[in-house]
Amino acid sequence: MLIHDRSRPGRRAAAQAPLAMPEVTDIPAALRRRSRPALPEVSELQAVRHYTRLSQKNFSIDTHFYPLGSCTMKYNPRACNTLAMLPGFLARHPLAPESHSQGFMACLYELQEMLKEVTGMHAVSLAPAAGAQGELAGVAMIRAYHLARGDLARTEILVPDAAHGTNPASAVMCGFKVREIPTGPDGDVDLAALEQAVGPRTAGIMLTNPSTVGVFDRNIQAIAARVHAAGGLLYYDGANLNAILGKVRPGDMGFDVIHMNLHKTFSTPHGGGGPGAGPVGVSARLESYLPVPLVAFDGEEYRWLAEHERPESIGRLTAFGGNMGILLRAYIYARLLGREGMRRVSEFATLNANYLMARLKAAGFDAAYPQRRASHEFIITLKREAKELDVNAMDFAKRLLDYGYHAPTTYFPLLVPECLLIEPTESESKEDLDGFVAAMIAIREEAQTNPELVKTAPHTMPVRRLDDVRAARQLDLAWQPQGQQQGST
Amino acid sequence: MSDAPADLKYTKSHEWIRDNGDGTVTVGITDHAQEALGDIVFVEIPDQGREVDADEACAVVESVKAASDIYSPLAGEVIESNALLNDSPEAINNSPYDEGWIFRLAPNDMTALAGLLDAAAYQQVVEDET
Repeated sequence: MLIHDRSRPGRRAAAQAPLAMPEVTDIPAALRRRSRPALPEVSELQAVRHYTRLSQKNFSIDTHFYPLGSCTMKYNPRACNTLAMLPGFLARHPLAPESHSQGFMACLYELQEMLKEVTGMHAVSLAPAAGAQGELAGVAMIRAYHLARGDLARTEILVPDAAHGTNPASAVMCGFKVREIPTGPDGDVDLAALEQAVGPRTAGIMLTNPSTVGVFDRNIQAIAARVHAAGGLLYYDGANLNAILGKVRPGDMGFDVIHMNLHKTFSTPHGGGGPGAGPVGVSARLESYLPVPLVAFDGEEYRWLAEHERPESIGRLTAFGGNMGILLRAYIYARLLGREGMRRVSEFATLNANYLMARLKAAGFDAAYPQRRASHEFIITLKREAKELDVNAMDFAKRLLDYGYHAPTTYFPLLVPECLLIEPTESESKEDLDGFVAAMIAIREEAQTNPELVKTAPHTMPVRRLDDVRAARQLDLAWQPQGQQQGST
Repeated sequence: MSDAPADLKYTKSHEWIRDNGDGTVTVGITDHAQEALGDIVFVEIPDQGREVDADEACAVVESVKAASDIYSPLAGEVIESNALLNDSPEAINNSPYDEGWIFRLAPNDMTALAGLLDAAAYQQVVEDET
């Protein structure tokens, strides 16, 4: 039930309502709305109950195992939240002068330094407010670099088909043409295809390593050497950084730009569309293009570096310095872990993934790349189940919800049919991983004995199987008051 | 086994091409492609008059699973697009070789058509993939 359905004319939360309607004088009459917006009219208690009930329907990392591949849905330690909510942080005004913000800026500066260290990059900007914005900033810097050198012929970005799905969009948004590079049967980039595509038109290549097929590209140094020799730059999508944290550094692999998803690898709250944080790191030749503001430290004082100090910067991405509350949580997470702890993150993330993959293989499920060791995530393909039992990956995913497990990523990456992309993260215990395997086995048994049960799942959720085809074909996004409903009846 | 009519030409990226015999060809996606994509919910068709290169992405087919580029099999000019798909994208699922055609092209070089796959070669591509 929508909160609008509880609405009754004239009902209000008296303690919250303004005493008098404010008079609008500074908006031209032609621009003012002619009728009142259809806002719900409910009591305070009704509003509280409505949203509390909604929150109880959440299927989240705090309530369930959430192995959503490439999203790194790991536990968000409560300490990060508590410390980031200290009054000194919360009450700081974004326009507060540097002299009143030294402690806060120290946290940001140290976060910049730690991210530099763990990625092996030369400099880091915390400004991008999401992974997608980090990607945009990263590709914009590649563009700025070539333009500054007068190298106008570089109009193409190479994107392997096992790269993260947002990469082609970021490249196009920056005015590049995308050339897709296929993946070989072992999950690594097809070097022969790369050789054919790379050349004087190559601005750069965007790689996710480990890739979305869940394997570490063993030829990364050869790829870096080849693209650099052709005059292109290397972009590292940090989506899967959790697999290599403290073990291998993108800077050492030869990457020129990286974006990091702090809401994945550094465990800030994730989901519901944000807020995120997507810092970018660069090699020395791209430093001057970093988005502003940055935090500098001269040994005594922290200060902001803005357009004046960085005239070649690609500019600002948000009104202030990014999502500060999220950056603080990531900083605290990194400090809680320390150098040793970061290494343990990737060790346990890959151990959990490989344990889960081995157990599912032993249970008779098909790994997409059985000859490869998993990184922090892996793919199983339900092609055989779909063919023999007529129960597909989506049916398994929906039925998992009934067993108390969030579904893994389904039908991505596109190059593996009927796939589930599974990322357990380091947070989960062996018992939880075993429980997931048991659920997968139980669902397959159901598919053999009572396929309808699986094909019509979920059965225990607040909503049953949704008609996603109809929802996409007949978009219905705006609530209308009764009697004015649009579209189908 | 999905259907692949013998009188059509094909590409590895799952487009079919019909020679209309008047210097134009019609392009769509194969039965195998629509089956792999699942229920199609949106199609972006190319503008009439657009000049395309061979293998240039010129249309987009979106299903509930994925969005896929459609590549022009030959270089030439788009002379017509299937406006039916704007309101009825499911025509591609229901009738991939007939009502679900995507665009018509006037190729610069009709002889290039001979270089595309025939039905048997395409079926082999599908078999190797699955």
